[in-house]
Amino acid sequence: MKSVLTPLQSWASLDTWIIVIGALAAMACALPGCFLLLRRQSLMGDAISHTSLLGIVAAFFVSHWLVETNVISPATELSVRHVAMCLGAVIVGVLSAWMTESLQKFGNVESSAALGVVFTSLFALGLLLIRAVADDVHIDPDCVLYGAIEMAPLETFGTSGIPRAVVVNGVVLTINLLLTVVLFKELRLSAFDPALATTQGIPAHVMHYGLMGVTAMTLVAAFESVGSILVIAMLIIPPATAYLLTDRLPRMIGLSLLIGALSSVIGHVSALTLPPLIARSVGIPDVHDASTAGMMAAAAGFLFVTAMLLGPKYGLVSRIWHRLLLKLRIAGEDVLGGLYRFEESAPAPADLSLATERAAWLRSLTTQSWLARLATWVLLRRRWLIGSGSEVRLTDTGREAARTLVRSHRLWESFLAKHFVLGTGRFHESAEQVEHFLDRDLLAELDQDLDRPGVDPHGRAIPN
Amino acid sequence: MSAFSLLAADSLWELFSRAISLRDYNTRVVLGGTTMLGISGGLVGTFLVLRKRALAADVVSHAALPGIAVAFLLAERLVPGSGRSTSVLLCGAFVTGLLGMAMTLAIRRWTRIKEDAALAIVLGLFFGLGMALFTVVQRTKTGNAAGLSHFIFGKAASMVAADVWLIGVVSVVIALLCCGVFKELSLLCFDEEFAAARGYRTVLLDWLLTLMAVTVTLIGLQSVGLLLVVALLLIPPTAARFWTNDLKVMSWLAAAIGGVSCAGGVVLSAAFPRLAAGAVIVLTGAGLFIVSLVFGKERGLWPRWQSQRQFEQRIGRSDLLRACYELLEPILGPDETTQESLTKYEIDDLELSAMRQWPAGRFHGLVSSAVRESLLAANSQSGFRLTLRGAAEARDAVRRHRLWEIYLLTQTDLDPRLVDRGADGIEHVLDPQQLADLERQLVTHLPQGIPPSPHPIASATIN
Repeated sequence: MKSVLTPLQSWASLDTWIIVIGALAAMACALPGCFLLLRRQSLMGDAISHTSLLGIVAAFFVSHWLVETNVISPATELSVRHVAMCLGAVIVGVLSAWMTESLQKFGNVESSAALGVVFTSLFALGLLLIRAVADDVHIDPDCVLYGAIEMAPLETFGTSGIPRAVVVNGVVLTINLLLTVVLFKELRLSAFDPALATTQGIPAHVMHYGLMGVTAMTLVAAFESVGSILVIAMLIIPPATAYLLTDRLPRMIGLSLLIGALSSVIGHVSALTLPPLIARSVGIPDVHDASTAGMMAAAAGFLFVTAMLLGPKYGLVSRIWHRLLLKLRIAGEDVLGGLYRFEESAPAPADLSLATERAAWLRSLTTQSWLARLATWVLLRRRWLIGSGSEVRLTDTGREAARTLVRSHRLWESFLAKHFVLGTGRFHESAEQVEHFLDRDLLAELDQDLDRPGVDPHGRAIPN
Repeated sequence: MSAFSLLAADSLWELFSRAISLRDYNTRVVLGGTTMLGISGGLVGTFLVLRKRALAADVVSHAALPGIAVAFLLAERLVPGSGRSTSVLLCGAFVTGLLGMAMTLAIRRWTRIKEDAALAIVLGLFFGLGMALFTVVQRTKTGNAAGLSHFIFGKAASMVAADVWLIGVVSVVIALLCCGVFKELSLLCFDEEFAAARGYRTVLLDWLLTLMAVTVTLIGLQSVGLLLVVALLLIPPTAARFWTNDLKVMSWLAAAIGGVSCAGGVVLSAAFPRLAAGAVIVLTGAGLFIVSLVFGKERGLWPRWQSQRQFEQRIGRSDLLRACYELLEPILGPDETTQESLTKYEIDDLELSAMRQWPAGRFHGLVSSAVRESLLAANSQSGFRLTLRGAAEARDAVRRHRLWEIYLLTQTDLDPRLVDRGADGIEHVLDPQQLADLERQLVTHLPQGIPPSPHPIASATIN
């Protein structure tokens, strides 16, 4: 354990800033991501993050040209470039959304194919332009892709000592938060029911392209500091994780912010600790850390898989567990019902032939199904049954539960007999299933509907 | 060993001419291999696009990244120096690529997350993991020189002949396989249930298609790069779709477009070494796509616009001629029922345009094109006469219109004031067979020749 944590002993304020930058970027991305997810446009974010490369390149051209023609001084070029990059990416992002939609509408191209054609073409164009002018402008496609979050804290904002990336991502996060709060009603309605939103006077096009523009702006602001990998991951994975955990939109947004921030922390810590550990165990000695951006994306993915497996309501484990509990309850109730029926047909427990029959029934039930075995064990623990092996019998509480079950069964049979034209043999199978799901109110209603019958269609008494 | 020995060239022109004339053995090999890649990409992509699953290839290519890194690390650990072998790296890529596909399916199957988000999640997760592993690779002693980053942006020039042979041979196998199960795959794309009912193993076929797509994606990584390789599978079939409604033609066309764009990309990037092959291949494909989008015979914008314009013109012409007839109708004598008698009378400009309340521009356009086609003959003053041809067409138009009106009046409960408008839309699309049927059906309601209008003309056309 000590060796795992060794890298963390050299923790510096740099590391804290890296986490802060990552968290701010992730949270800024998660906000538009929530709505992209709900609108089923998740891949749009991925596409925009590719195509905005073209906008960034164009911005480099423009700022370079402005310096060449002496419109601005080389000193101000950097700040102009940042604004131009943001604008360029937003324009190209919205443009790619528009092109996708037009291809779909006028070219009859299927939506995912249209998206794919547009984003690969624009990205290829951006890549080509970068390569073609690589000597004139200092932009490295690798840098846009990987980002340099490890270096981001070094560039500070003015003399304040706060990294510039913190300010940029913080501002974007604030803008996104404000937009989300102010336009919450409109965003929610147009995400869940675009048709209703249109009838309420919320222009679908404005919402669509507005969301695309905000997404593009967020992506570009985050790109520079954390790279496009992290951005692609943070746009959809935290919202999707939150979506698995809750059914309420405000809670989903809050959770996705939290998950984004959490993946930043886990990502950076594991980038420092895990790779050396793994690398050493496969025999590669000099690995000290791995790409923080990559590990943050992986951490978000890890949180997603965790939610997918362990989520309280939609998690796989909880769903399997609940199904198991239900099966167990049904198996237990079947045991109780069977025992009750044996008791019913033998008022005196001394009836030997019936006792052997009962023992044989119990034995075959428990040898055939492990669920019945488990259910019997649970009922014994709960003291609804007493005895052991094939000699178990009902206790008073157990008999009470069994009586309710048999009552449900026979009331349902009577109900079917009264209202449906079925052969008598068919009542039993239906009642065998429905008996487990009739609650007290429904039983009372059935009783009333049938005028409090004393016997079921087979002539057996209905217990009270 | 590099496939292009570009540095030996003296000038740009020499470079260019060497590339264009394929003088280098290696250029020819790369060209052949990559073209085959494009062809098989187009073929497999056709089915993938029809099944609306083309973007899954994007996920596969991104998911390949961690596999490449892990394969490198493992290979270096087991047999130092073997990590640069393309086939070893591609094996790793294949495993994680399939794993990524499986995870998408699992997310869709077991959670309430939709397909698009499932793709985005897997893409982000695997790509991030891949990047983290990549930094690990780069920090090992041999990792920096391994050239793994070529897989990201693609670099045809870095391929050695052995790689190209691998790509070429695998592409040929995939293309042949695709042709072999063409019928089964097309059935799968168009009617999965029917295919299942006919006894085809649809699940197996689906996996076969997925496997072929994964394979094409992976062998394309080196030349096009993982960010763009999806274009090989996506752009050619989507472009081909504009030209035809026939699957066979579409897949051949897609193969051709794929082959041409790959060949073009390789030649161009050999001639201009600054142009990255992957981007040029994609942009060549995009160029062909735009051409197809505009000019494609079946679904292209231009042919569709053209046929719509022709249709509108035909409608306008027949409306104009019918208005001419209806204007003359009151002044025709009872025995003047022939075409010749229609040509005798002068038609006034203003009166005619009032018949249908055309916008001025549209009216003049219609009249001048009718004059050009000698359906109308212009007079010295502001008037015309119908020519013989014009008169014949006018009579046909009126007959079609009134037949439908009478049909509506006799066979439906439509208000007589509405039949004119109802007939206005239908009259243009009635073919001769339908007209004959109508005449037979309505024979008891019809007088000889052109039936009179069942409603007062002026008021009905204005309301």
